[in-house]
Amino acid sequence: MPVLTMGLLALLVAAGLAGVLAPAFGWFPALGHTRPGLGAWRDLFAWPGIGAATRLSVTTALAATALSLGTTMLICAAWHGTRVFAAIQRLLSPLLSVPHAAAALGLAFLISPSGWIVRLLSPWATGWERPPDILIAHDPWGLTLIAGLAAKEIPFLLLMTLAALGQMPARRSLLIAQTQGYGRVTGWLKTVFPQVYGQIRLPVYAVLAFSASVVDVALILGPTTPATLSVQVLDWLNDPQLSLRFAAAAGALLQLGLVVGLLAVWRGSELAAMRWGRGWVARGHRGRADVLWRGLALVAAGLAAAAVLGGLAGLAVWSMAGFWSFPDMLPQGFTPRAWATHWPTVADRVRDTVIIAGAATAIALALALACLEAEHRYRLKPSAREMWLLYLPLIVPQATFLTGLQMLAIASGTAGIMASVVAVHVLFVLPYVFLSLAEPWRAWDPRHALLAETLGAGPDRVFWRLRLPMLLRPILTAAAVGFAVSVGQYLPTVLIGTGRVTTLTTEAVALSSGGDRRLIGVYAIAQTAVPLLGFLAALALPALVFRNRRGLSGAT
Amino acid sequence: MRQPTPPFSAALAGGLLAGLLGQAAVAQTAPDPADWDQVVASAEGQTVYWNAWGGNPQVNAFIQWTADEVQDRFGIALEHVKLSDAASAVTTVLNEKSAGRDTGGSIDLIWINGENFAAMKRNDLLFGPWSEAIPNWQLTDPAENTALTSDFTVPVDGLEAPWSMAQVVFYYDSADIDTPPATIPGLLDWARAHPGRFTYPQPPDFLGSTFLKQALLELATETDPLYAPVDEADYAAISAPLWDYLEELTPLLWRQGQAYPQTGPAQRQLVADDEIDIAISFNPGEASAAIANYELPETVRSFVLEGGTIGNASFLAIPFNANAKEGAMVVANFLMSPEAQARAQDPDILGVGTVLDLDKLEAPDRARFEELTLGVATLSTEELGTPLPEPHPSWMERIEEDWESRYGVAR
Repeated sequence: MPVLTMGLLALLVAAGLAGVLAPAFGWFPALGHTRPGLGAWRDLFAWPGIGAATRLSVTTALAATALSLGTTMLICAAWHGTRVFAAIQRLLSPLLSVPHAAAALGLAFLISPSGWIVRLLSPWATGWERPPDILIAHDPWGLTLIAGLAAKEIPFLLLMTLAALGQMPARRSLLIAQTQGYGRVTGWLKTVFPQVYGQIRLPVYAVLAFSASVVDVALILGPTTPATLSVQVLDWLNDPQLSLRFAAAAGALLQLGLVVGLLAVWRGSELAAMRWGRGWVARGHRGRADVLWRGLALVAAGLAAAAVLGGLAGLAVWSMAGFWSFPDMLPQGFTPRAWATHWPTVADRVRDTVIIAGAATAIALALALACLEAEHRYRLKPSAREMWLLYLPLIVPQATFLTGLQMLAIASGTAGIMASVVAVHVLFVLPYVFLSLAEPWRAWDPRHALLAETLGAGPDRVFWRLRLPMLLRPILTAAAVGFAVSVGQYLPTVLIGTGRVTTLTTEAVALSSGGDRRLIGVYAIAQTAVPLLGFLAALALPALVFRNRRGLSGAT
Repeated sequence: MRQPTPPFSAALAGGLLAGLLGQAAVAQTAPDPADWDQVVASAEGQTVYWNAWGGNPQVNAFIQWTADEVQDRFGIALEHVKLSDAASAVTTVLNEKSAGRDTGGSIDLIWINGENFAAMKRNDLLFGPWSEAIPNWQLTDPAENTALTSDFTVPVDGLEAPWSMAQVVFYYDSADIDTPPATIPGLLDWARAHPGRFTYPQPPDFLGSTFLKQALLELATETDPLYAPVDEADYAAISAPLWDYLEELTPLLWRQGQAYPQTGPAQRQLVADDEIDIAISFNPGEASAAIANYELPETVRSFVLEGGTIGNASFLAIPFNANAKEGAMVVANFLMSPEAQARAQDPDILGVGTVLDLDKLEAPDRARFEELTLGVATLSTEELGTPLPEPHPSWMERIEEDWESRYGVAR
């Protein structure tokens, strides 16, 4: 992989980390602290909630990751290659387009004691004229948080699994297993899963790291007494007592350590599962409970989709609602006021969001294509270390290194301009684009190139005239994923843009601090619509461009 | 969704880069508000970035109106940088100072008070003094309204200009409650009769902390020590009645105190969803505005406590490294004008109290205020009573810490 891309990535992350290391060890000249010490760590561990908050971060991250991975694998095992699976696949784009915060807010409205589900059943079935005093969102075990995270991570892992499945003879493996009398689910898990997991390992790690450091979803659904470590670190960072910045820096490093530790634990469980799995495969149980597993998979997929889409529907109704009290199923009246008032701002933000996301995606796509093409031409194979580097921005908690990056931007006079925001978005977009693109790119049959070369085409001509057009669909899908990732970025935008560069997401977060569900609804819809249009374009364009090329325009 | 920002002592990287790019401090003459004509002249053509909480559509609309006005009158481009938390602006200034950016900072004006002001003042992050030299300061009466010169007991010293007054009120749904409690102990009695129907935003959210201070002011046997730094008082003895009170109240709270709404707006949503019946607010006009915006039922009304409630002023401060200090002062002065103040007090616009002394206004300007009618759920000045001053910020910090270890981490 080109050294330049990798070097840039490493430099930015390292610069960011330096910015948090210094204050964690007592160095902060602007606050008059220039003598290194361990006071920050003493403060951190003196906080009475440190044990509970850390435990919560660990348990919710592990549970959410295991639940997402398990459900994704079960769905694939039970339904891959069927019509049901194709239907699930079609739901992916809308599910991926819903921003995390919007999905969490929607879910909270669905399941809270005064939420939509209870409203649908009250008072006729429940007898409740007033909402019951039951703790659902913010439950002390973080169960709602786990569910909310899983609902958003399952579509992501499914997308990554789909890309991986395209690279292997999954159907044939399953067929052979089935002819030997294995049940569908058992056969898939024994023959296909080991191949798939090797390919989606890094995305799984990204999910684990994300779950352990997520802030917005944890604020909306997670426990509050105490909150998870990531939320607490942000609270300290924003506390008017500036001396708490030291504990915050130490907390951010603890969080990084936590993520590293979690990855190690996960890797350990992988090895244990592998050892156990070998025995399981060798014992040769055929597995017969297919009906049960397939039903379970369908229920799980349905719940995950319903949680996100149902919540979004709730927010859509809210965006047009007049007064809407419990236990009414629908608002007393509908009004376009929220849309009418905020449309001009929304339109402005959509424009800036599209410019930033478009530029970041284009750059990331160019970098990814250059890397992949170089890999192909010079027969390079990306080392594990390079892949880790690429994933670094996804694995290091954002709050840990972004603020250091902000300092760098301020010092160099590049803070607050759109170009810098685009640059930092590339950091987060590139891994996703690369990830979505790499497998289909490598899977392209090199005999096409060979044939073209025998006809006298040089490598450039092969690239532009043959490979790009033939891979237009995966390229556009990768671009759509990257675009959606850019649209959703909050911290990078607000920190590097110092509030002067605004997108739909930064506006949405600022406005939603006012708690008006109508406004939240308006922005949730807009935030979902923009990436969704990207996904739709990725679907429609190839069909349009290749309307007279049957082999290229068709479905997978 | 608060903005994080751990600092970076970019002594090395930052300093180097700054030097390379020629960003090192450029000598700049500080503007002098006493020479107001010069300030107004320099302000023309400047862009002022006003960092203010963006969570309230009414406030956002008011700021937009201000932007249109100052553009027309003074040729100033006012940009509202919408924050989800005012503290993030403090962090930005702090990071700019760390990075050696002593001029051309990204923030020109901050909406601020209390702890944030105290922190910025203590760390020399503010420009000034300037606020007592701008023309419209003459229309205030700081001798009468001490909140204008003492922000949570911290002397303002001309480092920030007041632009609105706030006072604690409670609101309740009159469809559910006939007579709301009139005292803090009365609130406990009410909660006993209606368990699970009251809560407050989780400290250190400022509104939650305000509830604790309000309760302490009423429960403490003596309140004088609250107006001096906490270190000078017998904290344990003075705060004891508050903790005894909370010991009884907490199990009677919404969700038995296992979870709290995270912000004032989240608490308001709980009233709208009929999950709770009584809520605290720092804006006497909030309930009326929320009713008009379909965010609260029409039956909601406001009340205050018999012993009086805490009041304070909101201020505008200019960071030490602001890029458009003249423009920022002109905007602040405009916001203190009778026209802008009357507009802010209009319940249909914002419904916040004015910082001006009506006796000092010309008759036509005074008439702007006298014409205003109150919102349906807004109390009159007489009903609100004289506000109680804010305790010293160190009390708030200590109480927040103590609350957190008692109720904010797993019980």
